[in-house]
Amino acid sequence: MSAQPEKNSGLVFEERKDFILTKGKHRQQLKCEADSLAGCVSQRACVYCGARVVLNPITDAVHLVHGPIGCASYTWDIRGSLSSGPELYRFSFSTDLKEGDIIFGGEKKLARAIDELVGKYHPGLVLVYSTCIVGVIGDDLEAVCRAASERHGIEVLPVQSSGFIGNKSAGYRAACDALLRIIRPPEGKGPPGTKKINYLGDFNLAGEVWIIKGYLKQMGVDMNVSFTGDSRYETLQRAAGASLNIVQCAGSMIYLANKLEELYGIPYLNVSFLGLEDTAQSLRKIASWFGDGGITARAEELIERESARAGKRLSWYRERLQGKKAAVYVGGGFKAISLIKQFRELGIDVVMIGTQTGRKEEYETISEMVDEGTVVLDDANPSELEKFMLEKGAHLLVGGVKERPLAYKLGVAFIDHNHDRKHPLSGFVGAVNFAGEVYSTLCSPVWKYVGGGIL
Amino acid sequence: MSDKTVHCRNYNENPCSMCMPMGGILPFKGIGQSMVIIHGSQGCSTYMRRHIAEHFNEPIDVASSSLNEKGTIYGGEENLKKGLDNLIKAYRPRVIGVLTTCLAETIGEDIDRIVEEYRLERGLGQECSIIAVPTPGYGGTHFEGYWLALKELARLAGRVPKHSRINVIIPNLSPADIREIKRILGLMKIEYILLPDFSDTLDRPFERPYKKIPGGGTELSDIMAMGGSRATIQMGMTVDERLSPGKYLEKEFGVPLYNIPVPMGIEGTDTFLGLLSRISGHPAPEELSRERGRLLDCMIDSHKYNFRGRSVIFGEPELVGAMAATCIENGIFPVVLATGSKTEKLSRLLQPWLEEHHIKCLFLTETDFFTIREQAVRGKANIAIGHSDGRYLTEREGIPLVRAGFPIHDRVGGQRLLSVGYAGTAMFLDRITNTLLENKYSNYRSSMYRKFYRGDEKDAVPAGKSR
Repeated sequence: MSAQPEKNSGLVFEERKDFILTKGKHRQQLKCEADSLAGCVSQRACVYCGARVVLNPITDAVHLVHGPIGCASYTWDIRGSLSSGPELYRFSFSTDLKEGDIIFGGEKKLARAIDELVGKYHPGLVLVYSTCIVGVIGDDLEAVCRAASERHGIEVLPVQSSGFIGNKSAGYRAACDALLRIIRPPEGKGPPGTKKINYLGDFNLAGEVWIIKGYLKQMGVDMNVSFTGDSRYETLQRAAGASLNIVQCAGSMIYLANKLEELYGIPYLNVSFLGLEDTAQSLRKIASWFGDGGITARAEELIERESARAGKRLSWYRERLQGKKAAVYVGGGFKAISLIKQFRELGIDVVMIGTQTGRKEEYETISEMVDEGTVVLDDANPSELEKFMLEKGAHLLVGGVKERPLAYKLGVAFIDHNHDRKHPLSGFVGAVNFAGEVYSTLCSPVWKYVGGGIL
Repeated sequence: MSDKTVHCRNYNENPCSMCMPMGGILPFKGIGQSMVIIHGSQGCSTYMRRHIAEHFNEPIDVASSSLNEKGTIYGGEENLKKGLDNLIKAYRPRVIGVLTTCLAETIGEDIDRIVEEYRLERGLGQECSIIAVPTPGYGGTHFEGYWLALKELARLAGRVPKHSRINVIIPNLSPADIREIKRILGLMKIEYILLPDFSDTLDRPFERPYKKIPGGGTELSDIMAMGGSRATIQMGMTVDERLSPGKYLEKEFGVPLYNIPVPMGIEGTDTFLGLLSRISGHPAPEELSRERGRLLDCMIDSHKYNFRGRSVIFGEPELVGAMAATCIENGIFPVVLATGSKTEKLSRLLQPWLEEHHIKCLFLTETDFFTIREQAVRGKANIAIGHSDGRYLTEREGIPLVRAGFPIHDRVGGQRLLSVGYAGTAMFLDRITNTLLENKYSNYRSSMYRKFYRGDEKDAVPAGKSR
């Protein structure tokens, strides 16, 4: 089973040629971080989406969308972020703006909505997301939030996420700006010399933050607060009390990490807990940063034990998956880079790889890592995904909900690497889950039948 | 006998509706060789694609004019024209729906002018029709978006010689339901024009090579002929006249309009078949009579189980109306009927049914799932019927949910759910009856034990609770 190659070498959209390169064939750098091309059916979302993705896992906040109903409707409890307690984040609140509100302004309605919600749920934090029209009708979100904050003695923060002001990355930044306003300066001078770290860029999908927290604990390191998986208002406020930040999803959180370094002198390390290699390497990196023999020894012990256990199972999968070809289309660069390594661990070649919002330096890393002939592309669309999957003979696609039916219609296996998955892909356990999922989709009996007809 | 509440608050908590352009996409997906472009920011089309794709498990390609800050300030005309260029280049559609968004409408885009200008500038002739539909997200729900798009499509109809075909205009049903309606029309030997028809386009077979635009859908030439049809049957009892394609065809071309409910249940299906018979002069064939008999048999077999059901039904008004009537026929009396749309017609439609059986039922319009949940508990509902967004009724209140309507994104097979016609109704009823039975079997031992052996009245499990 693999996508059937078709002869079609020309690009569908000439204007997209700088955003696509084939390693070995093209020398130029890949263009990225630009506006999407109108009409080409980009897979990207908007600023609001980026902000919502980052902030929604704060479990005890009221997440209020100031806008028409759709924006709140499409983002209601669609993600697999778990909570160890509060469940308020799973509710989707909207000011449900109607025609009259557009004409006369939505500020008063917003203020009343905040009042009612605070009276009902008594949150410490209300996050108010702006949507496209709020940016246009000129509601002063900042002022409404400030007044509400004073009225109730709680934190009410605007999130400047009007959809049209950029792409998803701008939403990450808007979210980080809101987070920065929550974080309180540390008491006393500078970060205390504790062994507490913040974990940035994990949204606790299927408990992934908990998995990493467990590893760190075994090493003798405490997790101070995670951004933002299973986080709460109160714990977020204490973020400046950590001695180190580790950053996983760099696309969404590197801005916050830099700011925390600048404001509170907290250094950061880039990490990734996707795949055996990255997980082990990241744990070592953290241990060596502390320069504590005990931590290092415990880390090595953990890595040895877990790698041995996971390695055994991975080699079983590797024997069965070796030589298959994968295509990857995910949200950010960090995930893409980790996936190349993870597929390598399974003996699978990546023949096409792209992201919605990867950054220049991430694409440089990707281009270095992949084999000659691999297609690298930014901000792709269904036409290009189809074309390159077929041309490259991919057996498997990694992507999100929108990409899944395309893969299946092409007769190609599929891995859900998105925010609504219900099983962890992080850490040693996640690496085994990932291999298991690859096996379950590549080696399913159904593919035996897709080639033929009734007679 | 029914109470009415009108939902009016300053916020919506857990929406029971989606936005207008989302609803507008669906009819266009049921037109042959068509594509849609959303005039707005990139996220709108992406969210809607994701939402629709998850329900149908089909690739849903919808373009966007990708309005950015510049376009928002200086007008999005250039973006839209460029978007149309690229869309045509990649997809070569015969029909293009241009749907607006909150953003486009608020900045005052004159969509009709832009489209007209575009046609002239590019010298587009008959090979491609572009239909603009103003669908601001704040203008209504997806229900209104769906019907407005249909009405704009109906406006393609021209003055043609009278012919013997019948227009059949349908609401947002599952592809399986659409196929069943086509089968019934075939059995009745009716020549028809079905609008829209996404039975193939949104539930396509696996086949190679992959086509960017799936085959099937209502042909443009058929839509153009709708003005000459013998009659229009529109399953749109709750549709406002301003949005009614059937009304438009009647006013403009004098095509008689028969507005009927979705053919579900005995009465609903009888009405449909009776009407077909009356218009065409063809009697219902033996096959359909046997299906009716089988449905009656099913209803009798299950009636006592069904009578234990106290239902909360929610979703798009048209479907809620049909499902409620079907439930009432079978003694699964509703305690709450709810929709996110604004409509007076739903309660008016069901009033005679409720009065006949002395049912006390609460109507919720423009509502959200916070209110539905609250009222379902108050009304002691023990079965919920509607789309996936009702899942908290199960998770939080232990009221089992029979999934029906759109969207169904936490289970597979939304596109294959069959609920119309006699045969489909039997399947719909079986899903409900079996859910009631499952709930009963999994609770009655512990419930009776607590109630009678331990004598703990307080602890007895209420009707809908599984805990």
